[in-house]
Formats: sequence, C-alpha cells, structure tokens
Amino acid sequence: MADIDIRQVAKRFGSHQALHAVDLTVADGEFVVLLGASGSGKTTLLRIIAGLETASEGTVSIGGRRVDHLPPRRRGIAMVFQNYAVFPHMTVFDNIGFGLAMQKMPAAEIERKVRRVAEMLHIEELLKRYSGQLSGGQRQRVAVARALAVEPAVLLMDEPLSNLDALLRLEMRAELKGVLQESRTTTIYVTHDQVEAMSLADRIAVMHEGRIVQAAPAPEVYHHPATRFVGGFIGNPPMNFLPATREGEGARVAGHRFRDVPAGGGALAFGIRPEDLAPAGEGFSGRVKVVEPLGPHQLVTMDLSGHLFRAVLDNDLTVRPGETLVLAPRSGRARWFDADSGDSLDPARMPEPVTGA
Amino acid sequence: MTSLATTEAEAPTRAEPRSSGRLVMASAVVVLVAWVLVPIYLLVVNALGSVAAVTAWPKALVPEFDLASLSFFANYAGVPRALLNSFLVAGLTMVLSIGLGAPAGYALARFRFPGANLFRLAVLMTRAFPLPLLALPLTVLFIRVGLDDTIIGLALVHTTLAMPFAVLIMASLFMSIPEELEEAAWTLGCSRLSAFRKVVLPLALPGIAAAGIFAFVISWNEVFAAAVLTIENKTLTAFLLQSLDVSPLPLKFAGGAVLVVPALLFLFAVRKYLFSLWGIANR
Repeated sequence: MADIDIRQVAKRFGSHQALHAVDLTVADGEFVVLLGASGSGKTTLLRIIAGLETASEGTVSIGGRRVDHLPPRRRGIAMVFQNYAVFPHMTVFDNIGFGLAMQKMPAAEIERKVRRVAEMLHIEELLKRYSGQLSGGQRQRVAVARALAVEPAVLLMDEPLSNLDALLRLEMRAELKGVLQESRTTTIYVTHDQVEAMSLADRIAVMHEGRIVQAAPAPEVYHHPATRFVGGFIGNPPMNFLPATREGEGARVAGHRFRDVPAGGGALAFGIRPEDLAPAGEGFSGRVKVVEPLGPHQLVTMDLSGHLFRAVLDNDLTVRPGETLVLAPRSGRARWFDADSGDSLDPARMPEPVTGA
Repeated sequence: MTSLATTEAEAPTRAEPRSSGRLVMASAVVVLVAWVLVPIYLLVVNALGSVAAVTAWPKALVPEFDLASLSFFANYAGVPRALLNSFLVAGLTMVLSIGLGAPAGYALARFRFPGANLFRLAVLMTRAFPLPLLALPLTVLFIRVGLDDTIIGLALVHTTLAMPFAVLIMASLFMSIPEELEEAAWTLGCSRLSAFRKVVLPLALPGIAAAGIFAFVISWNEVFAAAVLTIENKTLTAFLLQSLDVSPLPLKFAGGAVLVVPALLFLFAVRKYLFSLWGIANR
C-alpha cells in the first residue's frame, strides 16, 4: 500500500509530445481513473508509472521513494494488461503464482495465496486449466488474480474490461469494485469509458492531448467540469454547448436571457446537460427533429437556430417531430466557459486539486 | 464416331470456364511432384536393392529391401568416418547458428534501432555472395589460422551459410510472441533475461528447434566448402564427391540416399516454421 507522486512528467516520442509536464498525486489506498480518448496519453502515463516506458522529464515516486530509474520488478507494482497477457504455456495456478514463485516463496504459502485470490475471483475450479481453454472473461479474472496475488503496493490496470462484451463488462465492473474495495490497494485504472470511470473511481483524472485537465471525484467532474472538453466528454448524451453574448451582468443564449453570469474570460460559451432541461413557458425554443424513446425516458433532439440541442425528458410528455418545444434549464445547472480557452468560469468550482482526499 | 463427336461437342458448353485452367494446374503440379519424387524414388530403390540390381535395367518398381547396397556402403573404407564428420560439422553448425541467430533474431524482433532493415537486408545478402569466389582465399586464411581441415573450420563456414535463415526464422518467431507477455513477466519480478527464459523460450522452442534442424540440413548437404576445406576429415558429401568417377554405383546410390532422405524427412517435419521465412502466416 503506497501513495504515488508524479511530478512534471513529460514524454516525447520522436517529434510527438505524448505527455506535457503532468502532475498527479494519488493517496494511499485511493482508486484513480485516468480517463481519456485514444491518444490522450493515459496509457503512456500508466506505462511510465509501471516502468515499461521512461519519462523524458519529471519524476515518479511510489511510497515516498523515487522509482523512475528502477525497472518494473523493483517498483512494488503489479499490472493488468488490456489483452490479459496470461502465459499460455502455464496452468492458471502457475500463472497466478508466477509473481510469488519469482519471490522464492515456499510452495505451501504460494498454494495458500493462489487459492485465496482464486476464490476472490471465483476461478477456483479453473486452476488446472491452460489459457487456451478459458473464455475471455475467465482469462481476464486470471490476469487480475495474478496481479493481486503478489499484494502489490500499487495496482495498475490498462483498460482491463474493454475486450469484454457489454454484459460481461457490467458484471466484471461490479465484481472488480468489490474485490478492490476489500483489498484497499492504491490503484490507477486507465479507460476511455466514462461510465466505468464514474462507477469505479474515487477520483477521475480526465486527460486530453497529453495533459490532465481535471482530477476530482466523479460528482465534481460531472457537475463542475473544469473545461468545455470535460463537460463534453463526461455524460451521455453529452453536454450541449451554445455560443453566448454578454449583456451587462447577464448574457443572451439563443434568444433566452440569463441574469447572472460569472465574469472573466473573453468570448462566452454556455453549456447545459440534456437531463437538466425541462419544458417551460419560456426558455430555449426550437423545432423538434428526432424523438428517441429510451425506456425510462426519451431523448429529444431539437434544432435551436442552427445548433443541434439535446434534451432528456420524461416519458409521460408527448413530443412529436416537427413540433416547437420550449425548454428551460434547471436552476443552477447552467455552465459557463471561456469560448477561446475552454476553461470553466464557474466560481463554485473548487481550485484544481492535484492531491486527493 | 458420331456419338463421340456429339459428346465432345456437348462437354465444352456444359463445363465451367475454369476447368481447362484446373487441368493445366493439375498437370503442372504432377510434373513438379514427379520432378522431385522420381529421382528420390530411384535413389531409394537402388539403395535398398542388391548390388546386382543397381546396374540392372529395367528397374523393379518395388525396391527389393535388400540391405546389400547399404551394408556395402557402410563397410566401404572411409564412409563411417565421413558420416561421423558430417554429423559433427552439422551438429556444430546447428548449435552455432542457434546460439548466434537467436539473440540476433530477438534483437530484430524486439528493438527498434537505426539500421534494422539494413541489417536484415545485409543478412540476406550474404547468401547472394558466390561461395566459389571465396574458396581459395578462405583456404589460405584457414591454413594460416590453423583451421584448415578441421571440423570447427568447416562448421564456421556452414554457420555463415545457415545463419541468415536462422536469424530470419527466429526474428519472425519472436515477433509472433506478444511483447505484452514479457512485460507482464517484468512486472512480476523478472529481468529481461529471466523473462526470456521463463516465458519466451518455452513458447519459441518448437521454432528454435526448426531453425536448428534447418541449419543442420544445410550443413549436411553442403558440398563445395566441404570438398575444398577438408582433406583428411572429409564429410560424407566431400567423400562421395572425391571418388565420384571411380566409385562403384551401389556406393553412389546408397550415399545419395543417406544424404537426401534424412534431409527430406527433417525439412518436411519443420515445414511450418520455414513458411514463416517467406511470410506465410501459420497461426
């Protein structure tokens, strides 16, 4: 169990800057998710922490000591890979016990630990099998068991669920959360799936183009995104954005007037989540283009003076394409951004926390 | 007559346009297979026949399975010694080719270094160099260094001939083993070397064996360097060559069979790994 301190870590691949001076502190026992699209640098950062890549600049410390000059085996980490990397020429038992055998642990103790971890992940009956005889989900459990068996100070996971089908992913996510909560291991988890991030993380570090844009607990990232990018990346369906023009203390957005708008920045941009809109007497008025019934609610796409505008509305409301609909944002849910930099102008947001807890 | 003409006239209209192509393909395959198998068959028939049957004509279709020729061969002066030399040289070639080729193949597969493609090309190009040009200078050099007429000297030359293939087979072999497996081993307590030993080697062993067998066969059948570089310690190929015009027929046939048949069987056994040389996927 250890904390992680990443300072000014940068990484260049030839002329391509994969990471720009990244800072992150992970508290002991914390579960941090690195969330971002492909190319955002999240896997690169994870591999630098693991020791599979060397940073071009900056330092990495685990448990208070510098590790960036150490090979992976001396960092006290264990890693679960996206393609599981289960050794095909060994049984499941030998796979899980591999790290323990490398530590020259006595056979009886290896047996005990392997069985305990296998039970945690419900693979006790598979111990004598080879990876070729396992399904994808089973192989994934073996990979996780193998990493947990060595009781690492830090657990690193590189998109472990992305190769599973949707239903299995859901089940495994819940199971993983349970198992990891029990062991309270400091974990860094990389994914591009924001639902996974929201469900698993103590804190989400949203990454974009080689930078950590925001690192905060899920509700904070969701309700108070630090930048326009975060607002648009988190949440499904994504946040709506509209250009806005200041009018004195307030602003006008697509014909609707807002009274109190935070100061600062140059040009103004407005954001509202689709679920924060409700039909009202006055508000955003537009023509309904598409109505998608989604079970518990319906997704309505409107044309708002040339902008595509989405709203999630109750099912009991009858909406038909071609109609004119007037929607108002829920009080306090409007989000304001600097149109050029994308930074949030929200005064309620806490200053960018680099440390956790 | 008329009925034959009608049948023939009917057939082309009913047949698929590809049938003539298939016929050509089939006959080409038959010719190629015959080209390879008939001489081998003749070899085997004569090697397994009695001494008298070798010079007889026409040849029996089925070999007599008389071991007379082969025993004549085995007892001929100098043959057992030559066989042993062939084994030793081929064995040494195999060990050297793998010993040097595996690390080279691993480096080509795993490391991105400037000149990697050039290296690969250079390795291949060594085979393009004509060996006869080297014969005299090599002999002179070997005499100077004291490697002339030794097993080691010949094995070194054969290793040079076999290594390009060994390196390339093993490079493609290691490339087919995901690097993630090694990385997983590194995070679990392995150094690069122990990860190679515990994870990569067990998975690559069949391919390495195949590359080794291929090197063995190259050395086993090599004639020119063997003939030039050995006097007392002749390998079987050199031995048969030197007495080609004066040796009795049974000896030639038996010797030929002993040279060709094992090579054929070995290569057939490892053909899967040789395909990877030419980039044909086998997984």
